[in-house]
Amino acid sequence: MTEQSRFRRVTRFVSPADRGFAALVYGGSILFALLIVGLFVELVLGSWPSIAAFGPSFLWKSAWDPITSKFGALPMIYGTVVTSFIGIVLAAFVGIMAALFLADFAPRWISAPLSFLIELLAAVPSVVYGLWGLFVLAPFVRTAIGPALQKILGWLPLFSGPIYGVGLLTAGIILALMIVPTVTAISRDVIAAIPRDLREASMAVGGTRWETATRVVLPAARIGIFGACVLALGRALGETIAVTMVIGNRPEISASLFAPSYTLASVIANEFTEATTSIYISALIELGLILFLVSIVVNALARLMIWSVRGST
Amino acid sequence: MSLQSRRLPYRRAYASLGTALALFCAILAAGALLAILGYVVVQGVGAINWDFLTQLPHPVGIPGGGVGNGILGTLIILAIATAMAVPIGLLTGIYLALFGRGTVPEALRFLSDVLSGVPSIAIGLFAYAVLVAPLKHFSGFSASFAFMMLMLPLLVRTSEQAIRSVPQAVREGALALGMSNFRATVRIVLPTARPAIITALLLAIARVTGETAPLLFTAFGSQYWETNPNNPMAVLALQVFNYAISPYPNWQSQAWAGALLLVLAVFVLSLGARLMLRRAMRGLEA
Repeated sequence: MTEQSRFRRVTRFVSPADRGFAALVYGGSILFALLIVGLFVELVLGSWPSIAAFGPSFLWKSAWDPITSKFGALPMIYGTVVTSFIGIVLAAFVGIMAALFLADFAPRWISAPLSFLIELLAAVPSVVYGLWGLFVLAPFVRTAIGPALQKILGWLPLFSGPIYGVGLLTAGIILALMIVPTVTAISRDVIAAIPRDLREASMAVGGTRWETATRVVLPAARIGIFGACVLALGRALGETIAVTMVIGNRPEISASLFAPSYTLASVIANEFTEATTSIYISALIELGLILFLVSIVVNALARLMIWSVRGST
Repeated sequence: MSLQSRRLPYRRAYASLGTALALFCAILAAGALLAILGYVVVQGVGAINWDFLTQLPHPVGIPGGGVGNGILGTLIILAIATAMAVPIGLLTGIYLALFGRGTVPEALRFLSDVLSGVPSIAIGLFAYAVLVAPLKHFSGFSASFAFMMLMLPLLVRTSEQAIRSVPQAVREGALALGMSNFRATVRIVLPTARPAIITALLLAIARVTGETAPLLFTAFGSQYWETNPNNPMAVLALQVFNYAISPYPNWQSQAWAGALLLVLAVFVLSLGARLMLRRAMRGLEA
């Protein structure tokens, strides 16, 4: 008899108390499922007036004007994509390197407390990052990072124009700081799950520790690490408060990374309680729906990749 | 570029360089984050005093005042959220653990994973649509509802794993003694799984304690000692946000103090969760 079917027999419910218990368990699970389905349904219902009024062109129109009730999501989509991209590029490099150090290079007495610290830092609330970003990072970008970048790369449109301090670049850096713990913690787990034999084989044929790490371990762990990055990207896309505090909140598309911008999440946070017309509210909820759908796709992708590695090892 | 074609000293130097780079990145990641925390402590610690913890906020221009109502509101909203999330999460976890495979449990697990990735602001919109828009007023309860949604995925997943990890023999032993499934689960299986479940609960509470985005249009904030969850309520995280973006130095320094309180609360909860987990591990080994 297999483990599973034995499990089934044991969990057959016969007595009246058991039947009540089963009803309770089913009821709780159904409620849980209903809550999640309800979340999706409510977002669709709430955004319906906006979907009906603007159609799919909502996604590529760039006007965002509550007075004339013209709404387009393009500036927010642009801002979300650019800030998340900056965040993930910075966080992926630092995070993967840190993970490699923690899993393969560091002795235990260093790696254990350092891992613990980095995991603890993943729990710092985003409003705290936002506060720091607003009062420390934004002035630093205005007076130091921005001018330095402009001096070297100012001929690129990416680094041209006035530097306000708040803007795409500052938001991207804050996001990087917030997701580094995610990238590091998951990558470290994935790297640690790569079998010892692979490392020993590489060392046995004379590979140095670094060669083993970069040519054997990282390639073997690449799908899981990629999954960790995608999962972190999902967090970055939906991050609200910290970004709202440092992005400048202006619904415009500009080439410069120093320019103020807006993200899907931050426009909802900023304007929802001030939205007066129903079409305005509906347009904001549609932004939430877009965010919801994107986050599902990104997270499903990430989980598939992380599972595929952990499953095979 | 095969390994043999390069000379060993060169490769060794390259390896040292790489190791140093990895070390540098680890220090950079931990150091940058520690620097942020250090800054919060330095800025915040001076503004924390008894008045800050126990007083109502003062209007602009009048020095002093505190976030007492926000601390109270945070506790009330968290308590209600926990009271709602624990039964639903636990029952769903029990269901998934007992009825493991098949399409329905798999679908439920998928939904749970989906929920864990949904940005908190979207969940705030849901709470607004269900509990604020129909009643036409903001409320502490709608914030609790949003927090419950944020806590559920972790609770469901962990209670499932915790219940699953209780050895089948323990359950069978209880049933062999004539216990009903209900009694066996409540009296034998759940107590064994309890440390792991409490760990998850503490982590879930830590996750939502500093959560701000969904509060903007659910709890909304209040200037009073509000204890009725049917009314708009002050919440510490929301006060930190509002004070931070205000132009008044007194409020900004209170924002730092509030941020320090949030960080402390989250760290205490996370450390508590770690200790519980350690005890849970020891319990399983014994």
